[in-house]
Amino acid sequence: MKALYFAWVRERIGLSEEEIAPPGEVVTVRQLIEWLSRRGDGYAAAFANPATIRAAVDKRHAAADAPIGAAREVAFFPPMTGG
Amino acid sequence: MTSQPAPSVRVQADDFDVAHEQALQTRGRRDIGALVSFVGLCRDEDGALEALDLEHYPGMAEAEISRVAVEALERWPLQGLTVIHRFGRIRPGEQIVLVLTAARHRADAFAAAEFLMDYLKTRAPFWKKERRPGGAPGDWVSAKSEDDSAAERWR
Repeated sequence: MKALYFAWVRERIGLSEEEIAPPGEVVTVRQLIEWLSRRGDGYAAAFANPATIRAAVDKRHAAADAPIGAAREVAFFPPMTGG
Repeated sequence: MTSQPAPSVRVQADDFDVAHEQALQTRGRRDIGALVSFVGLCRDEDGALEALDLEHYPGMAEAEISRVAVEALERWPLQGLTVIHRFGRIRPGEQIVLVLTAARHRADAFAAAEFLMDYLKTRAPFWKKERRPGGAPGDWVSAKSEDDSAAERWR
Protein backbone atom coordinates (compact mmCIF):
# COMPACT_ATOMS: atom_id res chain seq x y z
CA MET A 1 0.00 0.00 0.00
CA LYS A 2 0.99 3.61 -0.39
CA ALA A 3 1.79 5.68 2.72
CA LEU A 4 1.51 9.47 2.50
CA TYR A 5 2.84 12.00 4.98
CA PHE A 6 1.89 15.64 5.34
CA ALA A 7 3.11 18.78 7.14
CA TRP A 8 5.55 18.11 10.02
CA VAL A 9 5.01 14.36 9.78
CA ARG A 10 6.39 14.61 6.21
CA GLU A 11 9.27 16.85 7.32
CA ARG A 12 10.34 14.56 10.18
CA ILE A 13 10.20 11.40 8.05
CA GLY A 14 11.81 13.17 5.11
CA LEU A 15 9.41 11.67 2.56
CA SER A 16 6.03 12.72 1.19
CA GLU A 17 5.08 9.18 0.14
CA GLU A 18 6.40 5.64 -0.15
CA GLU A 19 5.27 2.07 -0.83
CA ILE A 20 5.04 0.01 2.33
CA ALA A 21 4.32 -3.69 2.95
CA PRO A 22 3.41 -4.15 6.61
CA PRO A 23 3.23 -7.74 7.89
CA GLY A 24 -0.14 -9.45 8.33
CA GLU A 25 -0.29 -8.86 12.07
CA VAL A 26 -0.49 -5.09 11.45
CA VAL A 27 -4.27 -4.72 11.33
CA THR A 28 -5.21 -1.28 12.66
CA VAL A 29 -4.07 2.29 12.09
CA ARG A 30 -2.51 2.29 15.57
CA GLN A 31 -0.52 -0.87 14.82
CA LEU A 32 0.64 0.61 11.51
CA ILE A 33 1.90 3.71 13.37
CA GLU A 34 3.79 1.45 15.82
CA TRP A 35 5.28 -0.54 12.93
CA LEU A 36 6.30 2.61 11.03
CA SER A 37 7.85 4.12 14.19
CA ARG A 38 10.44 1.35 14.17
CA ARG A 39 11.64 2.13 10.65
CA GLY A 40 14.09 4.83 11.75
CA ASP A 41 14.77 7.93 13.81
CA GLY A 42 12.70 10.22 11.55
CA TYR A 43 9.69 7.94 11.86
CA ALA A 44 10.17 7.64 15.62
CA ALA A 45 10.27 11.45 15.87
CA ALA A 46 7.21 11.87 13.65
CA PHE A 47 5.13 9.38 15.63
CA ALA A 48 6.58 10.10 19.10
CA ASN A 49 3.25 11.46 20.34
CA PRO A 50 0.46 9.41 18.72
CA ALA A 51 -2.17 11.73 20.23
CA THR A 52 -1.06 14.43 17.77
CA ILE A 53 -1.30 12.15 14.72
CA ARG A 54 -4.38 11.99 12.50
CA ALA A 55 -4.84 9.31 9.85
CA ALA A 56 -6.84 8.76 6.69
CA VAL A 57 -7.50 5.45 4.97
CA ASP A 58 -8.25 5.76 1.26
CA LYS A 59 -8.83 9.51 1.69
CA ARG A 60 -11.28 9.22 4.61
CA HIS A 61 -10.55 10.14 8.20
CA ALA A 62 -9.82 7.00 10.23
CA ALA A 63 -9.62 6.45 14.00
CA ALA A 64 -6.63 4.73 15.62
CA ASP A 65 -8.53 1.46 15.99
CA ALA A 66 -9.82 1.48 12.38
CA PRO A 67 -8.71 -1.49 10.26
CA ILE A 68 -6.34 -0.78 7.39
CA GLY A 69 -7.74 -3.84 5.59
CA ALA A 70 -7.09 -3.79 1.87
CA ALA A 71 -6.47 -0.04 1.79
CA ARG A 72 -4.60 1.29 -1.22
CA GLU A 73 -3.54 4.46 0.55
CA VAL A 74 -2.97 5.40 4.18
CA ALA A 75 -2.03 8.96 5.16
CA PHE A 76 -0.64 10.42 8.38
CA PHE A 77 -0.70 14.08 9.34
CA PRO A 78 -1.03 16.52 12.26
CA PRO A 79 -4.39 18.01 13.28
CA MET A 80 -5.67 20.13 10.40
CA THR A 81 -5.36 23.91 10.27
CA GLY A 82 -7.28 24.91 7.17
CA GLY A 83 -10.08 27.42 6.82
CA MET B 1 -39.43 17.58 -0.74
CA THR B 2 -37.39 19.71 -3.09
CA SER B 3 -34.23 18.30 -4.58
CA GLN B 4 -30.95 19.41 -3.09
CA PRO B 5 -28.66 21.61 -5.18
CA ALA B 6 -25.28 20.19 -6.13
CA PRO B 7 -22.57 21.91 -4.07
CA SER B 8 -19.75 23.60 -5.96
CA VAL B 9 -16.47 22.62 -4.26
CA ARG B 10 -13.10 23.78 -5.53
CA VAL B 11 -9.57 23.42 -4.20
CA GLN B 12 -7.20 25.67 -6.12
CA ALA B 13 -4.00 27.72 -6.00
CA ASP B 14 -5.63 30.68 -7.76
CA ASP B 15 -7.48 33.52 -6.06
CA PHE B 16 -11.27 33.79 -6.39
CA ASP B 17 -13.71 36.63 -7.06
CA VAL B 18 -16.49 36.76 -4.45
CA ALA B 19 -18.81 38.93 -6.58
CA HIS B 20 -18.45 36.51 -9.48
CA GLU B 21 -19.23 33.51 -7.24
CA GLN B 22 -22.27 35.32 -5.81
CA ALA B 23 -23.49 36.11 -9.33
CA LEU B 24 -23.15 32.42 -10.30
CA GLN B 25 -25.42 31.51 -7.36
CA THR B 26 -28.11 34.10 -8.02
CA ARG B 27 -28.10 34.32 -11.84
CA GLY B 28 -31.58 33.65 -13.22
CA ARG B 29 -33.00 32.92 -9.74
CA ARG B 30 -36.01 34.64 -8.19
CA ASP B 31 -36.46 32.35 -5.18
CA ILE B 32 -33.31 33.11 -3.14
CA GLY B 33 -33.90 35.43 -0.19
CA ALA B 34 -30.54 35.24 1.55
CA LEU B 35 -26.97 34.91 0.38
CA VAL B 36 -24.28 34.63 3.03
CA SER B 37 -20.62 34.77 2.09
CA PHE B 38 -17.75 34.17 4.46
CA VAL B 39 -14.20 34.92 3.33
CA GLY B 40 -11.20 33.85 5.42
CA LEU B 41 -8.15 36.07 4.91
CA CYS B 42 -4.47 35.74 5.73
CA ARG B 43 -3.50 38.03 8.67
CA ASP B 44 0.00 39.52 9.05
CA GLU B 45 0.05 38.81 12.83
CA ASP B 46 1.21 42.39 13.54
CA GLY B 47 4.07 42.18 11.05
CA ALA B 48 5.40 38.78 12.22
CA LEU B 49 4.15 36.94 9.14
CA GLU B 50 5.34 37.34 5.55
CA ALA B 51 3.14 34.58 4.14
CA LEU B 52 1.41 31.30 4.86
CA ASP B 53 2.32 28.18 2.91
CA LEU B 54 -0.79 26.02 2.75
CA GLU B 55 -0.18 22.32 2.18
CA HIS B 56 -3.11 20.08 1.31
CA TYR B 57 -3.90 16.44 0.59
CA PRO B 58 -4.94 16.44 -3.07
CA GLY B 59 -8.04 14.37 -3.68
CA MET B 60 -8.95 14.06 -0.02
CA ALA B 61 -9.31 17.84 0.38
CA GLU B 62 -12.00 17.96 -2.33
CA ALA B 63 -13.63 14.74 -1.07
CA GLU B 64 -13.76 15.84 2.57
CA ILE B 65 -15.10 19.33 1.79
CA SER B 66 -17.74 17.69 -0.43
CA ARG B 67 -18.76 15.37 2.42
CA VAL B 68 -19.15 18.38 4.75
CA ALA B 69 -21.09 20.23 2.04
CA VAL B 70 -23.49 17.30 1.58
CA GLU B 71 -24.01 17.22 5.36
CA ALA B 72 -24.87 20.95 5.33
CA LEU B 73 -27.38 20.37 2.51
CA GLU B 74 -29.02 17.61 4.56
CA ARG B 75 -29.29 19.82 7.64
CA TRP B 76 -30.50 23.09 6.12
CA PRO B 77 -32.80 23.81 3.16
CA LEU B 78 -30.17 25.54 1.03
CA GLN B 79 -30.67 26.65 -2.56
CA GLY B 80 -26.99 26.86 -3.38
CA LEU B 81 -23.61 26.22 -1.83
CA THR B 82 -20.08 27.11 -2.93
CA VAL B 83 -16.85 26.32 -1.09
CA ILE B 84 -13.45 27.36 -2.45
CA HIS B 85 -10.26 26.64 -0.51
CA ARG B 86 -6.86 27.77 -1.75
CA PHE B 87 -3.47 26.14 -1.28
CA GLY B 88 0.10 27.29 -1.88
CA ARG B 89 1.69 30.58 -0.77
CA ILE B 90 -0.82 33.14 0.50
CA ARG B 91 0.25 36.58 1.69
CA PRO B 92 -1.36 38.83 4.31
CA GLY B 93 -4.49 40.47 2.98
CA GLU B 94 -5.11 37.68 0.46
CA GLN B 95 -8.12 35.40 0.51
CA ILE B 96 -7.80 31.79 1.72
CA VAL B 97 -11.31 30.36 1.82
CA LEU B 98 -14.82 31.17 0.61
CA VAL B 99 -18.08 29.72 1.88
CA LEU B 100 -21.20 30.90 0.10
CA THR B 101 -24.67 29.74 1.11
CA ALA B 102 -27.97 30.63 -0.55
CA ALA B 103 -31.35 30.01 1.09
CA ARG B 104 -34.89 31.37 1.19
CA HIS B 105 -34.29 32.74 4.68
CA ARG B 106 -31.22 34.19 6.36
CA ALA B 107 -31.22 31.97 9.45
CA ASP B 108 -30.53 28.87 7.35
CA ALA B 109 -27.88 30.60 5.23
CA PHE B 110 -26.04 31.97 8.30
CA ALA B 111 -26.19 28.68 10.24
CA ALA B 112 -25.03 26.57 7.30
CA ALA B 113 -22.12 28.92 6.57
CA GLU B 114 -20.99 28.79 10.20
CA PHE B 115 -21.33 25.00 10.33
CA LEU B 116 -19.29 24.67 7.13
CA MET B 117 -16.46 26.84 8.44
CA ASP B 118 -16.38 25.08 11.83
CA TYR B 119 -16.19 21.69 10.13
CA LEU B 120 -13.68 22.73 7.46
CA LYS B 121 -11.31 23.91 10.19
CA THR B 122 -11.20 20.51 11.86
CA ARG B 123 -11.84 18.09 8.97
CA ALA B 124 -10.44 19.51 5.73
CA PRO B 125 -6.87 18.25 5.19
CA PHE B 126 -4.97 21.53 5.00
CA TRP B 127 -1.95 22.62 7.05
CA LYS B 128 -0.58 26.14 7.38
CA LYS B 129 3.12 26.84 7.75
CA GLU B 130 4.25 30.35 8.63
CA ARG B 131 6.88 32.20 6.65
CA ARG B 132 8.71 34.94 8.55
CA PRO B 133 9.78 38.35 7.17
CA GLY B 134 12.93 37.86 5.08
CA GLY B 135 11.73 34.44 3.93
CA ALA B 136 12.83 32.43 6.98
CA PRO B 137 10.65 29.40 7.57
CA GLY B 138 8.46 29.70 10.64
CA ASP B 139 6.39 27.17 12.53
CA TRP B 140 3.49 24.99 11.52
CA VAL B 141 0.31 26.61 12.81
CA SER B 142 -1.07 24.53 15.70
CA ALA B 143 -4.65 23.38 15.69
CA LYS B 144 -6.73 25.29 18.21
CA SER B 145 -8.86 23.48 20.76
CA GLU B 146 -11.48 26.25 20.26
CA ASP B 147 -11.87 24.98 16.70
CA ASP B 148 -12.64 21.48 17.99
CA SER B 149 -15.20 22.82 20.45
CA ALA B 150 -16.74 24.98 17.72
CA ALA B 151 -17.18 21.88 15.54
CA GLU B 152 -18.44 19.79 18.49
CA ARG B 153 -21.43 22.04 19.13
CA TRP B 154 -23.07 20.94 15.85
CA ARG B 155 -23.27 17.30 16.93
